Amino acid sequence: MTAFTFPAPPPADVEGLRAEVRDFLATELAARKPRDRARSWSGFDADFSRKLGERGWIGMTWPKAYGGHERSALERYVVLEEMLAAGAPVAAHWIADRQSGPLLLKVGTEEQRQTILPRIAAGECFFCIGMSEPDSGSDLAAVRTRATPVEGGFRVTGTKLWTTYAHKSHYMILFCRTGSQEERQGGTSQLLVDLNTPGITIRPIADLSGEHHFNEVVFEDAFIPDSALIGRMGDGWNQVMGELAFERSGPERFLSSFTLLVEVVRALGDDPSDRAREAVGRLTAHLVTLRRLSRSVAGMLQNGENPALQAALVKDLGALVEQEIPEIVRGVVSVEPSLQADTELAAVLAHTILNAPAFSLRGGTREILRGIIARGLGLR
Amino acid sequence: MSETGRILVDTATRLFQNIVTPNELARAEAGEWPGNLWNAVEELGLPLALVPEDQGGFGIDPVEALAAVRVAAAFALPLPLGETMLANRLLAGAGIDSPGGALSVAPTTTAGRTAHPLALVPENGGWRLTGVARRVPWGGKVSDVVVVAEAAGVPHVALVPAGRFDVAPGNNLAGEPRDDLTFGCLLEPSQVAPAAGVTPEGLHAAGAALRSIQIAGALARVLEMTVQYASERSQFGRPIGKFQAIQQSLAVLAGQTAAASAAADLAAEAITAPVGDHRIAVAKARTGEAASVAAAIAHQVHGAIGFTHEHSLHHLTRRLWSWRDEFGNDAEWSRRLGHAAIAAGADGLWPMITAA
Ligand SMILES: Cc1cc2nc3c(=O)[nH]c(=O)nc-3n(C[C@H](O)[C@H](O)[C@H](O)COP(=O)(O)OP(=O)(O)OC[C@H]3O[C@@H](n4cnc5c(N)ncnc54)[C@H](O)[C@@H]3O)c2cc1C
Repeated sequence: MTAFTFPAPPPADVEGLRAEVRDFLATELAARKPRDRARSWSGFDADFSRKLGERGWIGMTWPKAYGGHERSALERYVVLEEMLAAGAPVAAHWIADRQSGPLLLKVGTEEQRQTILPRIAAGECFFCIGMSEPDSGSDLAAVRTRATPVEGGFRVTGTKLWTTYAHKSHYMILFCRTGSQEERQGGTSQLLVDLNTPGITIRPIADLSGEHHFNEVVFEDAFIPDSALIGRMGDGWNQVMGELAFERSGPERFLSSFTLLVEVVRALGDDPSDRAREAVGRLTAHLVTLRRLSRSVAGMLQNGENPALQAALVKDLGALVEQEIPEIVRGVVSVEPSLQADTELAAVLAHTILNAPAFSLRGGTREILRGIIARGLGLR
Repeated sequence: MSETGRILVDTATRLFQNIVTPNELARAEAGEWPGNLWNAVEELGLPLALVPEDQGGFGIDPVEALAAVRVAAAFALPLPLGETMLANRLLAGAGIDSPGGALSVAPTTTAGRTAHPLALVPENGGWRLTGVARRVPWGGKVSDVVVVAEAAGVPHVALVPAGRFDVAPGNNLAGEPRDDLTFGCLLEPSQVAPAAGVTPEGLHAAGAALRSIQIAGALARVLEMTVQYASERSQFGRPIGKFQAIQQSLAVLAGQTAAASAAADLAAEAITAPVGDHRIAVAKARTGEAASVAAAIAHQVHGAIGFTHEHSLHHLTRRLWSWRDEFGNDAEWSRRLGHAAIAAGADGLWPMITAA
């Protein structure tokens, strides 16, 4: 009946795993204050990532032959959502686990898989995403960074922008032009770029809270060997679209403000107003529903389906809620947000307000996602 | 979904598509009981779909049985199908024989008013039922009403035939009967039994689950109609669905529909769960909100034609506006859920969310 179906999430016996993850996090994060927890998936902690690798909680669904653990997408989901809800610093391994690894697994060469995947799974190899450019954000097919074929490889020239944690990553998956500008989507490819390659400069860009997460990455005639080509030459567009389904549907798309909700519940104490009850209840209802939708997408990914449309929908709905949380909190408690505040609530609120605009930008803007949904409805 | 479940949904879809005509809807809204529609529903066996197999039911999963309610709502079927299914389940649970025919359940609380509580007291070897039940769906139209009332502090199920109570007729925004019933009657011993595990509050929740499921069904159809309209209606030389502003609105409508559908699935899975399971609260809160957002978008996209009585959109949107407030509105269920969440405490919030 509906244009988009979200099948019931497949049953999974995950409570044992959940308890295990909760125990681990209770110990590991004991000293982490709410203001640090609020950073979760922008929190970079290589030691923490290595510990997760030791636990077998990175690359969980990948084949054992590549350092994976052959567990289900739903099991991976549980680990991830527990990390995010607890505010664990997952940024270091996160992009590699979520999309770079799966991309290599799907279309990478055997050599790429063997050399890279086990290191990712061990929590020792970090990735960044080189898609956006100064003139191509939403219009990804307009990328200009060019990889010109030369003897034994490519010469790459161009500028990537907003590249999260490029400064701490080992590799970038570079989305670039290998054909003509006129070919648009057809003239693009993906390269596995070692960020130590000469000719690559990484410059910090401060975000509006003054923190350094993303970067400008400039390629000046950098030589990238043939062995770095991922998948097929000219197939970059299709590969990137497949990647985005992994990027858009996960719990990171509705848990970005979760620490703030936790802290407001703490602050409300025993005698909340009816208004506060209603607000917290409404958000809870939204989160439970989003979780179900998101687990449904995990189930579809598990079955090898391509839920790109459903993923866009989950991200759009999720970003709305994430962005509403700080506004709603302001309505039920009176607190001045400040990053330096003594109280955790004020600091978490400050962090969330300053980061919320990104929630409907990163990973595809609201308007672009809704365009994808409209196409799925047959309107375009 | 199982093979049986899928067949049930397909059959119900084909049936309702054919029989719920604009004429039938108009006549029902004018107060006529659509007997021929009811007969078709009975022929499919839907009234017993929620009853366990060993008690004469289908033996299908409640989620699948309730899928038929979703489909009925999508076509604005003007009958108490969900209520009858629920009533039969209550009767079966209490070991009371179903009288057959269309049934209703009496809500135990209604928005803004404390119902005069229903009470049962033993009298002459039978029972005396007293009290007022407000806004009973189709209360004055059905052949029997099922109530849950306390007798000496213990919830009992009672089956009350039409004619044993006074009816003050009322309607919801969609013209569905919502009647106040005043009881002061004697019931046979065979018409009353202890309710196995069902409380007045549980009945309220089950009603909320039904309305959530209906909202999801109606929204699916509203989305379909609105997308279709946007691709047919032209302005400025092209279908309005080609305009980005309209596309963005329809994407929001699709999002709300998907969220409502997922939330209604939670309600369907929880309809037989004990009181205090949060899934129904989630469902009623979320679907109520979705109904508000979606109905507004659907009307905006339909323009003036959708505001007319001739066009069929209003059969669905007026139901959405009613159903979101019946058996507790989204604000009420949000408050209950929020109460539980805050009581669970900051560190209990996430475990509560993952348990739902
Ligand atoms: C915190 C953060 C982290 C990021 N990390 C990365 C990263 O690691 N790697 C990476 O490659 N990128 C990253 N990005 C970039 C992100 O993917 C882009 O910001 C995003 O794709 C939007 O592009 P833009 O900023 O150029 O906006 P623009 O494309 O210029 O858009 C500006 C506005 O116009 C609207 N718009 C544009 N085109 C249309 C259209 N056709 N129809 C309707 N509206 C339209 C947009 O929706 C938006 O509202 C990150 C961004 C943020 C905020």
